[in-house]
Amino acid sequence: MTLQTLTAHELLNLIKQKKTSAQEIYRSISSQIEKTEKDVHAYAHIFQNPKIEESRECPIPVAIKDNICITDKLTTCSSKILSGFRPPYNATVIEKLKNSGAVFIGHTNMDEFAFGSSTETSYYGPTHNPHKLECVPGGSSGGSAAAVAANEAIWALGSDTGGSIRQPAAFCGVVGLKPTYGRVSRYGLIAFASSLDQIGPITKDVRDAALLMNIIAGYDEKDSTSANIPIPDYTQALIDNVKGLKIGIPKEYFIEGLSEEVKRAVFNAIDLLKKQGAIFKEISLPHTAYAVATYYIVATAEASSNLARFDGVQYGLRIQPQKTRKNPIVDLYEETRDAGFGLEAKRRIMLGTYSLSSGYYDAYYLKGLKVRTLIKQDFEKAFETLDAIITPTTPTTAFKIGEKANDPLSMYLSDIYTISANLSGIPAISIPCATGKDNLPIGLQIMAKPFDEEMLFRISYTFEKNKNH
Amino acid sequence: MISQEDVQYVASLSRIHLKKDEVECLSKDLEKIVDYIKKLESLETANIQPTSHVLPIQNVFREDIIKPSLSQKEALHFSIEQHQGCFKVPKIIE
Repeated sequence: MTLQTLTAHELLNLIKQKKTSAQEIYRSISSQIEKTEKDVHAYAHIFQNPKIEESRECPIPVAIKDNICITDKLTTCSSKILSGFRPPYNATVIEKLKNSGAVFIGHTNMDEFAFGSSTETSYYGPTHNPHKLECVPGGSSGGSAAAVAANEAIWALGSDTGGSIRQPAAFCGVVGLKPTYGRVSRYGLIAFASSLDQIGPITKDVRDAALLMNIIAGYDEKDSTSANIPIPDYTQALIDNVKGLKIGIPKEYFIEGLSEEVKRAVFNAIDLLKKQGAIFKEISLPHTAYAVATYYIVATAEASSNLARFDGVQYGLRIQPQKTRKNPIVDLYEETRDAGFGLEAKRRIMLGTYSLSSGYYDAYYLKGLKVRTLIKQDFEKAFETLDAIITPTTPTTAFKIGEKANDPLSMYLSDIYTISANLSGIPAISIPCATGKDNLPIGLQIMAKPFDEEMLFRISYTFEKNKNH
Repeated sequence: MISQEDVQYVASLSRIHLKKDEVECLSKDLEKIVDYIKKLESLETANIQPTSHVLPIQNVFREDIIKPSLSQKEALHFSIEQHQGCFKVPKIIE
């Protein structure tokens, strides 16, 4: 049996018909991990003997990004500074998965503290793209996307601050959803940029993403930024019909830097949806060109503040200074943080501290927040007359490991299409839409109004249903 | 222009003791990134309200009722070093 290649809804059907069991599904994932993990390196930590209960509603093997807390399990953000850290509590999404009977396979590899677009900045070394091992899986949730693509998990959770679910989903040929800001509780997600971070599903198909959203979404009093808005049954939104839906194509997303094959794949997808009755029109999101610069001000400012808590005092790594430079406690902070953070983490903490520091605050941080308003207004205006917006998820397919590692700015620009959804808080999904050269997958991004994940599911589902016909 | 002195200053604000080669490397990187970020200067934003948060949420209150939380023992379970129920750190005051 090749159970590991099936989707969760297929597996749940087989369980219902008593054709397989939770144990059997887990064993198929385990043996797949044995086979491919040495090449792919999707996991930072694999859990031994996870709890499997046959009688539960949803005993599906799930991989969790290494920045989501699980009681007593190593949770390290793939950073040296959290070496040995085992949280004393579960994130809310973990509690919810646990209550549904999910089987936790391991914590997946990621860019250190989610700082990156390639999973190369992990303290544990890079993850490899299952479709082509010399290529990156994307990032920062590269381990989660690779685990699902390599059949080393049925479901995965990632987190998305500037594209960290959607970009690796596109590179690995799987479905990745960034929910509306506030839709999924961030309680127990180790914060990178609190006003941008969202946890979301990475799955093999659209139905699985809806099933997983049904489990993890919802108001949580433990997260004061979670939205107290009722959650629909997302599987009801899996409708094969886009007749009359108005979808925008932003001209600013089809510019220099977008590869021909990605552009062609996106327009083929648009043609398919047109044939199904969707109405397309070219639109303008005039502040798109400012999104990456705005993001790197806002995200790093918040990160520099959030990462101040890693100081060698309470948990994780501590470097005991050998001699006194400033004073014993400051030396302990400074040497622990020097030894514990990798270069990209330092770069971002420094950039954030710089833009928040006296004399630069107005010119950089405040300016960034104002441009964020302009970017958000672009979308508000567009959605006055539109149901959704369609773009490529990434300008190119997966790049080679090492190709952008020494050029931070060019790495940052690889997130150019995904960042705006985080800045404006809207939901966005990436679904596989074609295969490019070297067998590398191409992702299609769909964005919708705040709290209208159902629109994303409807359009994605229609595309998925009709693409092979 | 971001000098190596600027980098040292920001590093000390960030409580990171950088090695010499890191100072050189970060000064070049930050220079490039800040240069890129300066493209925002071309936008007129005098009358634009800043967005620090996308949802219209303000002052989220709850009833002041005690709920179960971590015990001191659980909270300290994975501490690096502890002493009499507290996190232990080096001497702070001479």
